[in-house]
Amino acid sequence: MIDIKGVSLWYDNDRRVLDDITEVIGTGRTVVICGPSGSGKSSLLRCINGLEHFQKGEIFIDGISVQDTRTDIHKLRARIGMVFQHFELYPHMTAMHNITLAPMQVYKKTRREAEEKAMALLERVGIHEQAFKYPEELSGGQKQRVAIARALAMEPGTMLFDEPTSALDPEMISEVLDVMVGLARGGMTMIVVTHEMGFAREVADRIMFMDEGRIIENAGTSEFFNNPKSPRTRQFLRRILNYHA
Amino acid sequence: MGFINYNFDWSVLWRHPYGELLIKGILTTLHLSLLAWILAVVLGLTVGILRVLQSPPVRFFGSAYVHIFRNIPFLVQLFFWYFAAPLLLPASTQEWLYDNVPNYSYWAGVAALGTYTASRVAEQFRSGLLAIPRDQYRAAYSTGLTTFQTYRHVIVPYAFRIIIPPFTTEFLTCFKNSALTMTIGVMEVTHTAYYIDSFTWHGLETTTAASMVYLSIALCVVFLMSVLEKRIHIPGMIDRRH
Amino acid sequence: MDLGVIARNFPFMAGGLLLTFELALITIAGGFLVGVVLALCRLSSRSWLYYPATVYVHFFRGLPLILVIFWLYFLSPVVTGSSLKAFNAAIISFVLFEAAYFAEIIRAGVQSLSRGQIMAAYSTGLTQFQSARHVILPQAVRNMVPALVTQAVIIFQDTSLAYVIGLREFLRRVNLVDAREARSVELYLFAGLVYFIICSVGSMAGSRLEKRTKRS
Repeated sequence: MIDIKGVSLWYDNDRRVLDDITEVIGTGRTVVICGPSGSGKSSLLRCINGLEHFQKGEIFIDGISVQDTRTDIHKLRARIGMVFQHFELYPHMTAMHNITLAPMQVYKKTRREAEEKAMALLERVGIHEQAFKYPEELSGGQKQRVAIARALAMEPGTMLFDEPTSALDPEMISEVLDVMVGLARGGMTMIVVTHEMGFAREVADRIMFMDEGRIIENAGTSEFFNNPKSPRTRQFLRRILNYHA
Repeated sequence: MGFINYNFDWSVLWRHPYGELLIKGILTTLHLSLLAWILAVVLGLTVGILRVLQSPPVRFFGSAYVHIFRNIPFLVQLFFWYFAAPLLLPASTQEWLYDNVPNYSYWAGVAALGTYTASRVAEQFRSGLLAIPRDQYRAAYSTGLTTFQTYRHVIVPYAFRIIIPPFTTEFLTCFKNSALTMTIGVMEVTHTAYYIDSFTWHGLETTTAASMVYLSIALCVVFLMSVLEKRIHIPGMIDRRH
Repeated sequence: MDLGVIARNFPFMAGGLLLTFELALITIAGGFLVGVVLALCRLSSRSWLYYPATVYVHFFRGLPLILVIFWLYFLSPVVTGSSLKAFNAAIISFVLFEAAYFAEIIRAGVQSLSRGQIMAAYSTGLTQFQSARHVILPQAVRNMVPALVTQAVIIFQDTSLAYVIGLREFLRRVNLVDAREARSVELYLFAGLVYFIICSVGSMAGSRLEKRTKRS
C-alpha cells in the first residue's frame, strides 16, 4: 500500500511542481495518472521511490517511510520497480546482463540463479531469443519489454511506469501494453503515467488527472470517463479522446 | 623553508626601466595575438568551407591543411617560419628581408600562430556547419528562400551560436600560444618576465605578473562571451551542461 | 637541398626521440592519475573538494605551458633551496599542467551520461558505488576515449617545450644540428615529418579504438 500525505515539491523558482498531493493506493490496485506536460506526474512517480527529494509531506510504502533518512532507501527501491519513457537500458550490457545486474549485486544471487530467473522473465514478456543481444540491436518495443523484465527481476511489490509507450512506434505500443495488462490482472500494484486511455479503460481501478502540480480529478474508471466533475478534466478528455482509442 | 631567504621586491614590476618593459611586453602579447587571430579566422573560415564543399580535390586540400598543421607541434612550425622560410626565398628577397624588416621574429610569430590557429578554427567552422540538420536547409528552401537568403537568415545565425563556445576557447589558446614566440626572440610578456629576472633575480614576481596578465585576459574574454551568449541565447536550443 | 644533413645527424636526432617518448609517457600516466582525482573533486558536492579543484583547473588552463615551466623553475629554488634537475622540472610542470586538461575530459565524460541511466540504476536498488562501478564508469570511459587520445597526441607535441629548459629531446637536437649545419629547411621539414607521422599514427589508432568501443 502506498500512502502519500501532503507532498509538495518545488525548485528555487517558486513554481510548485507538486502541490499538497494526498492519495492512498491500495495493494493490488492499478492507478493511471494522466495530464498535460509539466503537471508533475513524473515527479510524483520519482518521489515515490525516493529518486526525487520532496520538501514537504510524507510517503509510506507498506508502512516504510520514504523521506526518513534512516530508511534503507536502496532496499526500498529494490522493492519498487520502475519503467522509463526512454527505456534506459544499459547500452554496454546485453539484455540478460541488464536484468541480472541488480539481483546479483543487491540480493547477492548467484549468476546461475539470476540468469535462470532472467530467462523466465524474458519468456514471460515474450522475447527470450533476444537474451544475449545488446540494446542497440533491439526494437523500441523489445527494449521496453526488457526494461520491464529488469524491474520485475527484483520481485517488486509495486511497479511504477513513467509514460512507457510514449517513445514507441505505434505498432509496438500494443506489445508493451499487453505485458502491462498481464501484470495488472496478475494482481501487481501499479501506478502508470500514460496517455493510453484504452489501456486505462481496460485495467485501471482508478484514474487521476493532474494539472500544475495538483490532482484535479480522482475517480473510478467508469466514473472518470462518463461523469468527470471538473471542467478542466472534461476539456482534457475531449481533446485527447478524439485521437486515441 | 626557502621563502624566508627570498626577498620579494614587487617594485620590480613598475620600477624604471622594468615597468616600461613589462608594459611593452603586455602590449606585444596583445597585438601579436590579435593579428594572428584575424589571420586565423580569415584563413580558417576559408579552409573550413573548403572542407564541406562538393568537389573532392578541394576537400582533400582542406583536409590536408588541417591534418598537417594539427599534427606538428607549434614550436616546430614556429622554427620553420623563422629559420627555414626565409631561406626558401630568392636571395635578393632575403636581403631585402634582413635589411628592411628588423623585427622579423615578430612577423614570423604572427604567421606561424595565424596559420596554426587557422587549422583549429577551420575544424570548428566545419563542425558548426555540419551540425546543422539537413532539414533546416530543406525547411528554408521549401518556403521559397534562395541559397543566399537561407545562409544569411537561417544557417549562419544558427552556426554562429553553436560555434561561439569553442571559438572562445580557441581565442584564449591563441593568446597562450603567443608565449611560445619568445623562443624566437619576440619580447612578449612571458619573455619579458624571464628577461627581467636575468637582471634582477626577481623572477617570481615577474612570472606572477605575467600569469596575472593571462588570467585576466581569460577572465575578460569569458565574461564578454557569457554576456554575448546571454544576449543571443535561444531557450532550449543548445544543450547547456546541467 | 642537402638531404645528407639528415642522414649524417640522424642517430643524434633520433636519440632525442627516446627522451621525447619518455617525457610523453610519464606525463600521460601522471597527468591522467592526477586528472582523475581532480575530476572526482569537481564532481563532488563537498565544497572543500570542489572549490580547490575548480581553482586549480581554471588556473592551469588559463596559463601557457611555457609560463608554468618558468614558474616551477623560479619557484623550486625558493621552496626547496636547490634548483631542480631539468628533467624533473619538465615532468612536474607537464604533469601538473596536463592534469587540468585530463580533469575536464574525465568530468565531461561522466556528465555526458543521461540522468535517466543513473535513475534506472538507482531504481533497481543499486547503491551509488554499485551504480558507478557497473553502469556509470564503463559508459563514461567509452565516451572519453576520443578526447583522451587527442590529449595524448597533444602531450606528445607539448614535450617539444622542454626545449626551453635545455632538455635534449628531439626538437632541441634538431635545433642544435641546425645551429651547426645551417640547413634549416631540410631539418625542420624533417622534424615536422617525424612528428606528423607519429601523431597521425596516434590519432588513427585512436579512431580505430573509438570505433571498436562504440560497438556495444
